[in-house]
Amino acid sequence: MGEPHIRLVDVVKQFPNSQSLAVDHLNLEIEEGETAVLVGPSGCGKTTTMKMINRLVEPTSGQIYVDGRDVMEQDPVQLRRGIGYVIQTIGLMPHRTIAQNIATVPELLGWEDSRVKSRVTELAGMLELSIELLSRYPSELSGGQRQRVGVARALAADPPVMLMDEPFGAVDPIVRARLQDQFLDIQDRLRKTIVFVTHDIDEAIKMADRIAILNVGGILEQYDSPKEILRNPANDFVREFLGSERGLKRLALIKVSEIEVEEGPVVAPGEPVQKAFEVMESSGSTWTSVVEDGELLGWVDRQALEGKARVSDAPAQKFSAFVTADSSLREALDSLITSETQVAAVVWEGQRYRGVLNLERISREILA
Amino acid sequence: MILAQSTEEPFFRPEWVGRNLDRIWEQLVEHAYLTGLAIAIGLLISIPAGVFAYRHRRAYPPITWFAGFLYTIPSLALFAFLTAYTGLTTLTAEIGLVSYTLLILIRNVVAGLEGVPPDTREAARGMGYTSRQMLWRVELPLAFPVILAGIRVATVTIIGLVTVTSLIGKGGLGAFILQGIQRFFSTPIVVGAVLSVLLAVAADLGLLGLQRVLTPWSREKKWA
Repeated sequence: MGEPHIRLVDVVKQFPNSQSLAVDHLNLEIEEGETAVLVGPSGCGKTTTMKMINRLVEPTSGQIYVDGRDVMEQDPVQLRRGIGYVIQTIGLMPHRTIAQNIATVPELLGWEDSRVKSRVTELAGMLELSIELLSRYPSELSGGQRQRVGVARALAADPPVMLMDEPFGAVDPIVRARLQDQFLDIQDRLRKTIVFVTHDIDEAIKMADRIAILNVGGILEQYDSPKEILRNPANDFVREFLGSERGLKRLALIKVSEIEVEEGPVVAPGEPVQKAFEVMESSGSTWTSVVEDGELLGWVDRQALEGKARVSDAPAQKFSAFVTADSSLREALDSLITSETQVAAVVWEGQRYRGVLNLERISREILA
Repeated sequence: MILAQSTEEPFFRPEWVGRNLDRIWEQLVEHAYLTGLAIAIGLLISIPAGVFAYRHRRAYPPITWFAGFLYTIPSLALFAFLTAYTGLTTLTAEIGLVSYTLLILIRNVVAGLEGVPPDTREAARGMGYTSRQMLWRVELPLAFPVILAGIRVATVTIIGLVTVTSLIGKGGLGAFILQGIQRFFSTPIVVGAVLSVLLAVAADLGLLGLQRVLTPWSREKKWA
């Protein structure tokens, strides 16, 4: 990977008139195109850490490199114009229209009017802000719309690095989930290097490529991928911070397609019943899936096949639990539990049969 | 009392107005000019002083104390005192008038700057505004409605006060009032007083209209 995009080396911050450290010898490397989420209880220095990257807060000691260059050796104004910045309260300019708000940094950088205009239109489209909103003032927008304007404004000059301080904190949970999904989509395409601050561990798990869990006093407890942190918390603090349902949270991150799925008992409808009995025998079950040319038709059991000639003579029952390959194990577990069945059929691209999934297979994944 | 003594004289003589239209217009223009000049100079002093007081909080009490001191000096005494140094000039009139604008204007400049939402300020800094750009493009525009409210109060106050400068040979419409008092003649007093009031009302409405035009963003809802 080479040089990380953002690198913090032994960074310390002590505020004047304060005995204790806000950030304590923090070392952190953030790779290009990754989203690193800083998470922790209040007083853990997560926002302070973020603000040191664009020099809104100056470190007491240590170095911060962005793109290999020490931020302390750069002009803070120029540095900030090259870094996207979103805060929880958004801080839109009440006296400027939405279009003018989005155009803030391009204007500071002296872009030509036509270029600014087309960029604003492009961003409005990307964030699903309708064009007629562009001529309104911030006070006329809903909370969710304002948050999206805040993100659009931070993206305006296409900065490689974005700092986001609880960017979806000020809206209700439903709108927040939508904004998160939308932003994940955008990030999928843009691959910015993002430092994202939140106090909400679920948001961190959802948004992060890597999570930095900070403790009070700015101590880094663990820095790893969400899956790894959930699987293997470094200590009691992390375990407690992750909260209950750690296993379930991890299942939410694993896709069905990522694990090996057992094929399970399978017969074709045209085959003789005898063949179906053999399949059940060898897999130790009392039923078998019926699959024709890769297409799942349903299942039949021993009782239904008794006295029939071919598998197709018995009506195939529908599976009551289905999961698709790109659903998460948590969703798979949920459909197993709610359909009160032992086994879910795994399908992809509609009804293409992939295999079966049962509680035992999922619990093996929890223990992995 | 004066009016009661002039028994044969009617309270108001319309023909006097007809004969003096040119002078009335001249004095009205002078009145507006003296007021406008005082407000303009007052702003030129108050905006830097207010910005300074806002940025250096310790300077705020002495600045308002001084402006408040000027405000409390009786206007008659101030003009009499200044005449000894600067004579019967427009300069004398303006020094006095400007003094009375400062307290109102400086307070409103500071209050306006204090009203700028802190998150807007933080976002602006985070996006790379220099402090000068911050002042001119963010802080002063957002403080403008409050500053303008101060300008309205100051303007109405000064329009009333300009009449007093008639004592030093200026005074705009105040010249008619003085003339009426000296000659026991009520018509010019009525003309001077009524036009002065009308000028104040017109200026106030005009400034309100100006605010509507210049701050379309504050017309609907207040920002949170």
